[in-house]
Amino acid sequence: MELQTLTYIVVGFTFALYIGIAIWARAGSTKEFYVAGGGVNPVANGMATAADWMSAASFIGMAGLIAFMGYGGSVFLMGWTGGFVLLALLLAPYLRKYGKFTVPEFIGDRFYSRTARIVAVVCLIICSITYVIGQMKGIGVAFSRFLEVSYDTGLLVGMFIVFFYAVLGGMKGITYTQIAQYCVLILAYTIPAIFISLNLTGNPLPQLGLGSTISGTDVYLLDRLDQTVTELGFAQYTTAERLSTTNMFVYTLSLMIGTAGLPHVIIRFFTVPKVKDARSSAGWALVFIAILYTTAPAVAGMARLNLMNTIEPAAGENLKYDERPQWFKNWEKTGLLEFEDKNGDGRIQYVADKEKNEMVKVDRDIMVLANPEIAKLPNWVIALVAAGGLAAALSTAAGLLLAISSAISHDLLKGVFMPQISEKQELLASRLAMAGAIAAAGYLGFNPPDFAAGTVALAFGLAASSIFPVLMMGIFSRRVNKEGAIAGMVAGISVTLLYVFQHKGFMFVPGTEFLGDMPANWFFGIEPNAFGAIGALVNFTVANVVSRMTQEPPQEVQELVEHIRVPSGVAEAQDH
Amino acid sequence: MSFKSESDAKAYWKENISLVVKLIAIWFLVSYGCGILLVDVLNNIQLGGYKLGFWFAQQGSIYTFVVLIFYYTKKMGDLDRKYGVHDE
Repeated sequence: MELQTLTYIVVGFTFALYIGIAIWARAGSTKEFYVAGGGVNPVANGMATAADWMSAASFIGMAGLIAFMGYGGSVFLMGWTGGFVLLALLLAPYLRKYGKFTVPEFIGDRFYSRTARIVAVVCLIICSITYVIGQMKGIGVAFSRFLEVSYDTGLLVGMFIVFFYAVLGGMKGITYTQIAQYCVLILAYTIPAIFISLNLTGNPLPQLGLGSTISGTDVYLLDRLDQTVTELGFAQYTTAERLSTTNMFVYTLSLMIGTAGLPHVIIRFFTVPKVKDARSSAGWALVFIAILYTTAPAVAGMARLNLMNTIEPAAGENLKYDERPQWFKNWEKTGLLEFEDKNGDGRIQYVADKEKNEMVKVDRDIMVLANPEIAKLPNWVIALVAAGGLAAALSTAAGLLLAISSAISHDLLKGVFMPQISEKQELLASRLAMAGAIAAAGYLGFNPPDFAAGTVALAFGLAASSIFPVLMMGIFSRRVNKEGAIAGMVAGISVTLLYVFQHKGFMFVPGTEFLGDMPANWFFGIEPNAFGAIGALVNFTVANVVSRMTQEPPQEVQELVEHIRVPSGVAEAQDH
Repeated sequence: MSFKSESDAKAYWKENISLVVKLIAIWFLVSYGCGILLVDVLNNIQLGGYKLGFWFAQQGSIYTFVVLIFYYTKKMGDLDRKYGVHDE
C-alpha cells in the first residue's frame, strides 16, 4: 500500500483509540481531573508516567542529537534517566505521603506562605511553558512530514489537536490514554530498531547490536562508525565530548535534578494509593523508560552510519542529487533538510568542513522519523513511527498542560485569589488556562530556541534551579523557612533565566539576546542549556543562608516535616 | 499508625538516610564517575564492540539506575515493617 495512505490509517487508528479512552475515562470531579481519583495501580502508573515523561524530545529529538554528538549525547541518556533515582529516593514517597494535588500546594503549606505558593506557581509555569515549546517543535516536525506540508502548517494543525485532546480529559482520561500511548510509542521505537539492528549486525537486540560486528565482517559497528565519520572530518563518534568535561558534568546534573523537579512528573506520584506504591512506581516508570533509552543509542549510531553510507556508498562515490531517495525529497518539502550544490558536480558532499559541506541543513529532529526510510524498512514500520512520534508529543503536552492549568486554577484562583470558587468554575478555569498555554507555546514554537531536545533541556534547567531544591529542603531540613525558600527560588530561577536569555534572547525572541550564543561568554564554558545545575546551587545556598539569618519555622510546620517522613497513614493525610 | 517512641522515629530516619546516601553514592559513581570523569581511562578496556567508558555512559548507568530504585523499594519496605509503620 502507498506509504501516505498507510500512515493516515495507522495514525487515524491510534488517535481514535486515544479519544475513545479519553471519553470512556473522562473526569467528573476535580479530584479525578487532577489526580485521577488517587487509585491507580503502580505498574500502570509507571507506564503512564513513562509516556508522560517521554516526550517528543525523547522520541523524536534525542536519538537525532546523539547521532550527531556521539558520546557527548550521553548527557541526555544519563540525565533523563538518573533523575528518576533522585525522584524515587528523595521526593516521591514524601510528597505522596503529604497527599495534596499540586506541587505549589505543598510548597505553600510547608513554607506556611501564600507568597511561596505564588512564586512556585510562577516557576512552574515558566518551566512548563518552555517544555511545551519543545513539544510543539516535535509536533510541528511530525505533522509536517506526515501531512507533507511546511513546518509552520504542521505546527498549527498540531496545536489544534493538542487543544482538543488535553482540554477534554483531565488526569483520569490522561492516565489511561497515556498507557495506550506508551504501548504505541514503545512499539514504534523498538520495532524499527530491531529491524535495523538485524540488517546491520544480525543481532535482534539493538542494545547488543550496537556493540556487535557488522554482518559478514569482523569489524565492530562502532569502530566502522568512528572510521567513517573521522574520514569526513567529523569528531570521533565514541569519544566526542559535548564541549568539555565540565560542561558534560554540569549538563548531566542539570537534566537529572530537572527531571526530579518537573511538576508534571511529580504529580504522577500523587495518583497511587500508598507511599510504598510511590516508591515502586518510580522504579516501574524507569523500567519502561529504560526500554527506550537503552535502544536510543543504537538507533542513533546505526542511523548515523546508514545516513553516511547512503550519501557516500563507497569512498569517493558520492550520491548523485538526481538519484536521491524518496525520503530525501519528502524531507526537503518540510524545509528541514536542504542541499546546495556548491561545487556544481551534481553529487552530494557531506563533510565537516563548512565551506565544502553541501548538506546545508540537516535538522537533528528529523533523524528518528527518517531513520526507517533511510534503512529502507517496510512502509507499515514507517507509518508506525509517525504514530509513535505523535503519541509521545501528545502525551507529554497533555501532562504539561494539566500541570499548568492546575497551577493556575487550583493554586492561584482557588488557593489564593478566589477561595469561594465552585468546583465547576474551577474546572472551567483550568480548561481556559490550558487553551491559553497552548496558544502561548504554539506562538513560541514558530521560533523555537533550539532543537526539540535542546528546548526541553532548557525547561529542565529551569525546573532544576527552582523547584527541586525547595522540595528537597522542605523534606530533609526542618530549619529552612519561608524567607529562605522564597529567596532561594527567586535567586535560582533568576540566575538561570538571565543566563539563558542573554544567550538565547529575551523570552527566546530572536534578536533580543544581548550577549549572543557565543561560547566565549560562557561561564566556565557551560552552555545555557546546562546552566540549571548552577542555578540549583545558588538556590540551595541562598535558601540556607537566608534561613539561618531569619526565624525558625513555627512548631506546627516542624511537626508537618516529621509527619511526612512517616510512611504510614496516607489516607488520613489526604483528608487534611 | 505512627512510631512507638521518639527514639524509634529517630532510628528509622537514620537508617533511611544511611540507605539513601549509599545508593546515591553508587548513582554518582556509575554516571558521573564511570560515564564522565573516568571515561578516557575506562575506554581503554573493550566490552565487545563497546569502549567501556562509552558503554557506561550510554547503557550501563541506565541499567544500574533501575536496579537502584528497586533495591531501595525493597529495603524501605523491610524498614517500614521493622518499625511497624507500613500501610497494608
